[in-house]
Amino acid sequence: MTIKQLLSRINWKGQPKYLHPAYTSTLKRAPQQPLIPLPHTLSELTGPVYGTSDIGPLDHDLTRNAVRNGQPIGERIIVTGRVLDDSGSTVPNALLEVWQANACGRYIHKVDQHDAPLDPNFTGAGRVLTNAKGEYRFITIKPGAYPWRNHLNAWRPQHIHFSVFGANIMSRLVTQMYFPGDPLLALDPIYNSIDDEAARQRLISSYAHDVTQPEWALGYRFDIVLCGSKMTVFE
Amino acid sequence: MLTQTPSQTVGPFFYDALIALGKPFVPTLVRDGAQGQRILIVGTVLDGDGVPVPDAMIEIWQADTNGYHNHPADPNYAKADPNFSGLGRCDTVNEGCFEFQTVKPGRVEGQAPHVNVRVFSRGMLIHANTRMYFGDEAAANADDAVLSLVPMDRRDTLIATLLPSNGLPTYRFNLVLKGKGETVFFTP
Ligand SMILES: [Fe+3]
Repeated sequence: MTIKQLLSRINWKGQPKYLHPAYTSTLKRAPQQPLIPLPHTLSELTGPVYGTSDIGPLDHDLTRNAVRNGQPIGERIIVTGRVLDDSGSTVPNALLEVWQANACGRYIHKVDQHDAPLDPNFTGAGRVLTNAKGEYRFITIKPGAYPWRNHLNAWRPQHIHFSVFGANIMSRLVTQMYFPGDPLLALDPIYNSIDDEAARQRLISSYAHDVTQPEWALGYRFDIVLCGSKMTVFE
Repeated sequence: MLTQTPSQTVGPFFYDALIALGKPFVPTLVRDGAQGQRILIVGTVLDGDGVPVPDAMIEIWQADTNGYHNHPADPNYAKADPNFSGLGRCDTVNEGCFEFQTVKPGRVEGQAPHVNVRVFSRGMLIHANTRMYFGDEAAANADDAVLSLVPMDRRDTLIATLLPSNGLPTYRFNLVLKGKGETVFFTP
């Protein structure tokens, strides 16, 4: 008998499929051939390791990391949460990269054609590392909704993009965090690409009064669960 | 088991956060003093119409020249090359093209040398996961346990071609997201 380390695999119930015709960009970009299950070798059990030297002192504060001549415009918010793996263990030193539109719904990106103002003091890009307890916290401006051309009168619900590196490359996740009570969620093909309603709702942050700071900022909580927890198997 | 957070597309507007901030996410995996044969990996991301995809992001992860990973799960972690990061990231703003500067990886657990590749883009609700093998490693490729899972008539989509070059050895690895010549993708 040998002992082998494996990783938990992605659970397709609760994940979007590649092809979701209501999101028209998937039509030309969704792989169609069956996916091949990948055996787990050291290539999959490993991944990049990050530490505080990879993070700048203001990377976690999007209200300060791009200031040129004043504060960014909009509603200041604190976003916090835990990164867990699917066994329920917290993930320390997970690296989160976040990006978002400004309060008016405009990205700094050059192909964003939305006719809304840029904010000279806000780039909407940040990074944060989870602490020893798997917790992260960043400060930003609540993003605005923005139009896109997927269909007539299409508007993305307010959202923050997240890119997450966990303990190995099988846990790699890119996702979006939404806000509670947003009427655009029901109309959004990207959010609704996930069939399972309970899974979709895991993308909606919750308002957290204990995170909210008096006279300063509203708090939201958003926990993230990654696959790729270690399992020991005997063969 | 907790249920995983669903994936969502990286969207079209990731450039200023995921690319422009640079370190540690750059297309160059080697620092001065890195061991092994330096190589370039170049390629184009193509959609189902064969049109280059200019808003994708490619990430690669690989072993160093000795087959060691810069990660504590590797029994040879302590021997991993400190001047080799193992992770690279590149955009495809230039007409769907990407380029990495790295070293040719060593064999890992008897596998043929390979590079793990992930593709993210607008229109991909969940990233795609594949491996790049080397066209000049035919004998090792023929024995590889992962390649042997791939139908024979599609294996060539995972094998990079060594291009004629006066400089660094350069391997071409195109990624076809859909349709004719679709790259083999593994479960992400
Ligand atoms: Fe967005």
